[in-house]
Amino acid sequence: MSPTNRTVVVTGIGATTPLGGDAASTWEGLVAGKSGVRALEQEWAAESAVRIAAQIAVEPSEIIPRPQARRLDRSAQFALIAAKEAWADAGFTERAGEGAAEGESPAVDPDRLGTVIASGIGGVTTLLDQYDVMKEKGVRRVSPHTVPMLMPNSPSANVGLLVGARAGVHTPVSACASGAEAIGYAIEMIRTGRADVVVAGGTEAAIHPLPIAAFGNMMAMSKNNENPEGASRPYDTGRDGFVMGEGSGVIVLESAEHAAARGARVYAEAVGQGISADGHDIVQPEPEGRGISAALRNLLAATDLDPAEIVHVNAHATSTPAGDVAELKALRNVFGDDVDHMAVSATKSMTGHLLGGAGGVETVATVLALYHRVAPPTINVEDLDPEADADIVRGEARKLPVDGRIAALNDSFGFGGHNVVLAFRSV
Amino acid sequence: MAATQEEIVAGLADIVNEIAGIPVEDVQLDKSFTDDLDVDSLSMVEVVVAAEERFDVKIPDEDVKNLKTVGDATAYILKNQD
Repeated sequence: MSPTNRTVVVTGIGATTPLGGDAASTWEGLVAGKSGVRALEQEWAAESAVRIAAQIAVEPSEIIPRPQARRLDRSAQFALIAAKEAWADAGFTERAGEGAAEGESPAVDPDRLGTVIASGIGGVTTLLDQYDVMKEKGVRRVSPHTVPMLMPNSPSANVGLLVGARAGVHTPVSACASGAEAIGYAIEMIRTGRADVVVAGGTEAAIHPLPIAAFGNMMAMSKNNENPEGASRPYDTGRDGFVMGEGSGVIVLESAEHAAARGARVYAEAVGQGISADGHDIVQPEPEGRGISAALRNLLAATDLDPAEIVHVNAHATSTPAGDVAELKALRNVFGDDVDHMAVSATKSMTGHLLGGAGGVETVATVLALYHRVAPPTINVEDLDPEADADIVRGEARKLPVDGRIAALNDSFGFGGHNVVLAFRSV
Repeated sequence: MAATQEEIVAGLADIVNEIAGIPVEDVQLDKSFTDDLDVDSLSMVEVVVAAEERFDVKIPDEDVKNLKTVGDATAYILKNQD
């Protein structure tokens, strides 16, 4: 195979989410159909029209020492926790270039290691908190760490420092498609030969009164405050908007040769990505899913993916009236009858919508669905929208075919009209 | 009432502990903020602001570069506190 069209595989996973502090507990929660959505108990929430969110299950303060934590935005804290898990899960015990016995080469060459960690909003809580500090205590008290904390590339840069990456540290920004775009970018870095190993994913920490008010005033969020666990209900006729979640999902991507040479466990092949832009509206999804269809076609054109092998779709489905159905229309439009053998799951029904973190966490879910051959459920679908023309995995997890090669898609779309579809395949 | 040398060292130890996580007993007059106490240039700004507040002293930016050790900072505060 040409060095510019290399096979890419997933060798490590990590997550910290509203369902659990690591990938295993998150997966357990997903398969069990647990909701991570709760009432917000913070004082400010009493004034808010939206008083529910999917907050992180394990606070980073329980893991990251305070001197380090106080110079990291919450979004970077999540990313570091998830990346550390993924890095260790891939079998790496040291930073790149370190830890090798004399005369032996290290497990990873730092010049061949990259990171691509994205966030939709960046260090928004740091920015707002420091503005409060400035107003209340004066200019002199604004933290000198504010800029490196709030910059959107901070999670990627901090993960890069953690693992010792020197091939490139990147942060694509495309609102709620950011995490998926990061993973797609990472796949390309390896496929085209720029790197052998890339730590990639998404993170978000935006549960703060201002972003909640802003999304709420767009009429984008569920105001089902009386029923937190039932509020995120993709494909249900009663859906009224997304529920904000927070957390991070990170994977380690590696060239198949590099993984084989060090005997790494391989979760799945990262087949590739399809990207498009709606060119329709800054926030409204194109109602027929034309942009999404284009992304799916681009995926098929760019890879050897066969629609016949796709058995599972981790849908973007955020529980908004327009978006959920447009995505299913696109799947039907591109795949026709093949959609009937795709078990469609909307895991945001359980995790809430992690915005730029969603693509990361949902990639972890998609890869684990292939690895365990189980599709997690979509919860809260009591009255299925008649326009939901696909096989929605409702209520309980479902086994995927036990034999043969199977593939799965992870869809992510973002304000701005960004469409990113990632494809993974069993090995 | 002005702080004594001992009070200033103890106060700086609390501040360095809060910011860099260094045990208070390790913060001694001869210790370098950068080399011994894990206080980098950005964190040094935090130490200075916290010290200004605690000891009612102004430490202009141009003087911060001269405060290499806990002893330097202590002497500066002793001399300049109100």
